[in-house]
Amino acid sequence: MSSPAVAALPADPFRRSPWPRVAMVALVIYVIYACAQLEVSWARVEIGLENAGRFFARLFPPNFSRWELLVKGLQESLQIAVLASTLGIVLALPIGLCAARNLMPSWATWPARFIIVSARSFHPVIVAILFVKAVGFGALAGILALTLASIGFIGKLFTEAIEEISDKEVEAIRATGASFASVLAFGVLPQVFSRFIGFATYQLDSNLRNSTMVGIVGAGGVGGTLFAAFQRFDYDYVCAILISIITLIMIGEVLATGVRAIFIGNATLSDVFRRGGAHRREMHLEDD
Amino acid sequence: MLTLKHLSKSYVAGTPVLTDVNLDIDARGITAIIGASGTGKSTLIRCINLLVEPTAGEILFEGADLARLSGKALRRARRHIGMVFQEYNLVERLSVMENLLSGRLGYVSAWRAWRRKFPPDDIRRAYELLDVVGLTGFANQRADALSGGQRQRVGIARAVMQEPTLLLADEPTSSLDPKTSVEIMELLTEVGRSRGIPVLVNMHDVELARRFADRIIGMGDGRIVFDGPAAALDDATLTTIYGGKGWLH
Repeated sequence: MSSPAVAALPADPFRRSPWPRVAMVALVIYVIYACAQLEVSWARVEIGLENAGRFFARLFPPNFSRWELLVKGLQESLQIAVLASTLGIVLALPIGLCAARNLMPSWATWPARFIIVSARSFHPVIVAILFVKAVGFGALAGILALTLASIGFIGKLFTEAIEEISDKEVEAIRATGASFASVLAFGVLPQVFSRFIGFATYQLDSNLRNSTMVGIVGAGGVGGTLFAAFQRFDYDYVCAILISIITLIMIGEVLATGVRAIFIGNATLSDVFRRGGAHRREMHLEDD
Repeated sequence: MLTLKHLSKSYVAGTPVLTDVNLDIDARGITAIIGASGTGKSTLIRCINLLVEPTAGEILFEGADLARLSGKALRRARRHIGMVFQEYNLVERLSVMENLLSGRLGYVSAWRAWRRKFPPDDIRRAYELLDVVGLTGFANQRADALSGGQRQRVGIARAVMQEPTLLLADEPTSSLDPKTSVEIMELLTEVGRSRGIPVLVNMHDVELARRFADRIIGMGDGRIVFDGPAAALDDATLTTIYGGKGWLH
């Protein structure tokens, strides 16, 4: 098996497929086509930039004179976020568990998966509009919309986390004669708990952001105030609202990291203020 | 105590992993199952406590045929069969104490298990067993912080926590270095002997089996091809079990 075989060796040691290149070319062509269709041209961009310049000039200085209304809106947003997250997590846990194919029979996983997929199908704004129509204007619609979004998000990630656990640990607990509920308590939950805390705090974070937005469609919170200010061209007040929202989100971030630090123990409160804190947070979300 | 009758298992229909295994375990002491990889040693061990469901045959244990049991009756029977695993199978994120007490889950209600409320007797026994396996002071360490040898000690302690009448061990030393392997086998022998629990153990290492086992069962191709005292295991039988000769010397 020496010199004669060498001649027969293929020149290219890799298997190559033409498809990635074909896909790349197709994408470039489509981008050009879409720009032409939507009449996105350099001239259009210039008009837009000019307009943007005037708009941003009017944002400053921010006007905090109507702060009472602002604080009331923020309070409502915060309440919507906390209530929706709590309710969403409580409901997502059993649904997510039922959807895990490695623990549950298919008659349980299919309905649970259907609920999760349905909850994820629509953007929270669309769901909020539906609930505003169904239960009327106000915070209740916002809470229900974000609860549904939380069920979708936490349910899906929780299911995936459970499906990725090590069977060995579960097998060992089963071998002791433990009942299903005890297997969950000692074999399953310890493996997914820290990841679950990661999802839950991330969802709280995300609900805080979304709760400032559902108000735009009349589902409560500071979003309604923001939308009204936009319509009255009160851009300095808009700026004040935006700054307040950023502050709220940052406070939420600190709290979320605090919660993780308590439960997981590998993130501390000071992480938020350190460089790379956000990056570490993402890593926790993925790896814990 | 344990009798297997005509036990067969095929994961895929038509390709049996175990064929007509008949076995009687009554004596105390260590019984080692040896055989080449893929001959069904692990499947045999896992069939006994029904972690793997046999295709046919009977598993007579404490007066019942385990192969026919399911649900609560099966879980009750499993409580009396302790199992030690090749890769320890500890719950990595739980403490050593929680892993030990998980051996009591067959006796403790789920409600108490969720709240970590174990009877004081169980807790006292768990601390005693930690001393026995040489892990005094490790109770609150997380399992993933332990070395391989320490983990297997926890694995053995967890199995003994069940107060089993039979101990199964599936390649308990295959992931360990030679010195630790001997220590683990000594511990397993000691635990079995002092508590009068027969131990059925799968092994790769023929020398280790010879040294510790009172009885050796050789498996080849899903069947029992040798069954006798360790002293009767000679080169001819080893050839029958593993095939070939070159590896012997």
